[in-house]
Amino acid sequence: MAFYRPTRWQRPLALALLVALAALPFVLEAFDQAFYIGLATRVLIFALAASSLNLVLGFGGMVSLGHAAFFGIGAYVAAICQQAGINEALVAFPAAMAAAGLFALAVGAVSLRTRGVYFIMITLAFAQMVYYLFISARTWGGDDGLPLAGRMTLAGISLAGDRALFFAALAALTAAMVLFARLVDARFGRTLQAIRENETRMEALGYPAFRYRLVAFALGGAFAGLAGALLANLTGLASPNLLQWTQSGTLLVMVIIGGVGTLWGGVVGAALLLGLEEVLVGVTEHWHIILGLLLLAVVLFAPKGVTALFAAKGGGR
Amino acid sequence: MTQLILEQALNGLQFGLMLFLLAAGLTLVFGIMDCINLAHGSLYMVGAYFVAAAAQAADSFWVGLGIGVAGAALLGLLLELTLFRRLYQRDHLSQVLATFALILIANEAVRAIWGPAAILLNPPEALAGPVEFSLLGNDFFYPAYRLVIIAVGLLVAALLYLLVAKSRVGMWVRAGAANREMTEALGVNVRALFTAVFVFGAALCALAGGLLGPLLAVQVGMGESVLILAFVVIIIGGIGSIRGALVGALIVGSVDTLGRALLPTLLRATLPADAASTLGPALASILIYLLMAAILFFKPQGLFPARA
Amino acid sequence: MSGGLLEVRRLSRRFAAVDALKDVDFTVVAGEVHALIGPNGAGKTTFIHHVSGALRPDHGSVHFAGRDVTGLSMHERVRAGMARSYQITNVFPSLSVRDNAALAVQGRADAGSSFRFWRPVAAETALFGEAESCLAQVGLAGKADAIAGSLSHGEQRALELAMALATRPQLLLLDEPMAGTGPEESARMVELIEDLARHVTILLVEHDMDAVFRLADRISVLVNGQMICTGRPDEVRNDPGVRRAYLGDHL
Repeated sequence: MAFYRPTRWQRPLALALLVALAALPFVLEAFDQAFYIGLATRVLIFALAASSLNLVLGFGGMVSLGHAAFFGIGAYVAAICQQAGINEALVAFPAAMAAAGLFALAVGAVSLRTRGVYFIMITLAFAQMVYYLFISARTWGGDDGLPLAGRMTLAGISLAGDRALFFAALAALTAAMVLFARLVDARFGRTLQAIRENETRMEALGYPAFRYRLVAFALGGAFAGLAGALLANLTGLASPNLLQWTQSGTLLVMVIIGGVGTLWGGVVGAALLLGLEEVLVGVTEHWHIILGLLLLAVVLFAPKGVTALFAAKGGGR
Repeated sequence: MTQLILEQALNGLQFGLMLFLLAAGLTLVFGIMDCINLAHGSLYMVGAYFVAAAAQAADSFWVGLGIGVAGAALLGLLLELTLFRRLYQRDHLSQVLATFALILIANEAVRAIWGPAAILLNPPEALAGPVEFSLLGNDFFYPAYRLVIIAVGLLVAALLYLLVAKSRVGMWVRAGAANREMTEALGVNVRALFTAVFVFGAALCALAGGLLGPLLAVQVGMGESVLILAFVVIIIGGIGSIRGALVGALIVGSVDTLGRALLPTLLRATLPADAASTLGPALASILIYLLMAAILFFKPQGLFPARA
Repeated sequence: MSGGLLEVRRLSRRFAAVDALKDVDFTVVAGEVHALIGPNGAGKTTFIHHVSGALRPDHGSVHFAGRDVTGLSMHERVRAGMARSYQITNVFPSLSVRDNAALAVQGRADAGSSFRFWRPVAAETALFGEAESCLAQVGLAGKADAIAGSLSHGEQRALELAMALATRPQLLLLDEPMAGTGPEESARMVELIEDLARHVTILLVEHDMDAVFRLADRISVLVNGQMICTGRPDEVRNDPGVRRAYLGDHL
């Protein structure tokens, strides 16, 4: 492993992508395919959620099976804000981030004292705990989830239109990616990657490894919360399904197929998986089997994609 | 009131013992092969389906149970030889992904074959009724079938104890859990041992699935919720330890069952009705997780870690 | 013995049924080079682990610069002024030599916090300047751009040393710095350590007796987890207990 270093083409490609995405809703409307704006928004939201997991998993080396908890908490906090009369996203979204981030801080504080298999299971267990908490709380909708009466406003502008929400999601994802890009090259990102490679050595150099991991874990949780708040607006419902560990698994799959530990892994993975889902649903109702087989194939026969990060091989970028 | 408490205590014991069947296989696979298996719950589900299908075909619960468990063991063997063997050397993330893929495939395959609705699995007719017994001068009733489950659970626990603590194979298993490389170096056929452990775990899963089938619903996705509980059991008990799995399972089984039964009543007695009705079920459902967090705080390796 | 930079008092540690360390008393005086020797399996690396904070003792205490550090974690002891190099090379093999050293510099308390999220590290010229001077001190200045894993064994040992130095320690724990090096590289390492000894206190664990007798101001001998002798090199050389322990080994 070397420190993650983007290729020369990344910045121009990213800018081109941003321009293309900014034009997308207008293009879709022109071709009378406005329906797909919703799908595109969904991809953006999951790209954000997957990227937040990529920070924790790819850069931090923490295999967390509980990331869905932060995603779901974000959605619920947004719905609860609306229930409480707050309809302004500039208040509700930071609230969602704060709630998710704080919960991540608490979970991390307990879980990060453990290693390997224990850590994976513990994050899973805590996420499941959140799921049970929300489905048994009748004030928050219980089994059915907490619906939103309508979309929120962002700085006064209503997000009711598909286009408006699309741009809100695009703005959120862009801001997050800019932060992640800077973070990775900054002291924090380097320290995090070095701790992932050799924690003992870093401790022997005076770094309190636990603290760095915890901050990364909490940051990842906070951004997952933001994605959750956006999703609640998109679907009009804070669903307990968002909290299930199978959702965590889905996010994990996105990060892996997109390229774990690369800056764009979450974005690429979300686009690939959701795109694949769209295609497969048309093929057979049992498309999960195909997805499962594909995933198995990736794990067994394209090992570099999954393990390249975790095997300290020479010759990085 | 005492009927309720006794009934719930026995339910807790029964649930705990079934959790033990699941956790035992899981902890051995973790402990010896260092392999995380998210699809363990799927083996439980498929086992239950096999038992239900066989029981319907043979029109007998016990025959169905036998066939179902054997079928699941065979499935376990196939899985081990084709997939899991390649996963042992891989990192945990790969194992998570591969077994997650298995869950997707298993759930969908089961849905395709048997449909999304729950299928029927009846307990043996002879055990369908309650058993009456006397304790401390009072008469109690408890379903006969559940008593049989408890008996089977205790029997398996005793057999496992004998196997692990007293037999040579058990010694290899314990050695493998403590130090895999060393066990290999001592000439034990580790490959065959791994396969045997995995198949045995699958059989235990199916046994639990088949026994619980008449009580819970045999349907798609039944494995997931139980899997998490099995994980909690192992976290509390310590990875690689059968003793830890038993203690952990009994703790989780009783705390969960008794908690759900008694906590809402308890809260209603002490808190205003409004708060109690929201807090009660919520708190009861997360009780074991809070317990797990508390245990982890003092013993991050669980109560009886097999590895140093 | 008072006034030692490092004082270890009655340190004991058991692993299962084995006494790895038993009632070890040990002092390193500021400014000296103190060598710790003993037959294989005596417990020397275990001892270093206890001093550096990787392990905690069952009984006894570790004091550094007058402070009881027994309860401090490894990174806290590093912050207090203790640094170690590893017996088995423990650098970051796929990072450049410069990046390895820079990480070490960045970790220092006076280098500022690493909880910085915006400014790219590549822009921190002061950091890399400092890293390069550490590399120069161990003679690796010309190899700053090389990938650490591609260095020769002796060069990697030197990098180990550079990283330990970069933390600007008061006490340097060197765990077999000469391990696996050939005669030429060994000689260079000895010169290097002599040089360093001028401004850092050094606790040196080594098997290479020539190096030990050349470098050490004082020598302590650890056998079977117990400290059997401490003194100046010629005292130790002539001690009957030490000779007995090393019967069959060269002395």
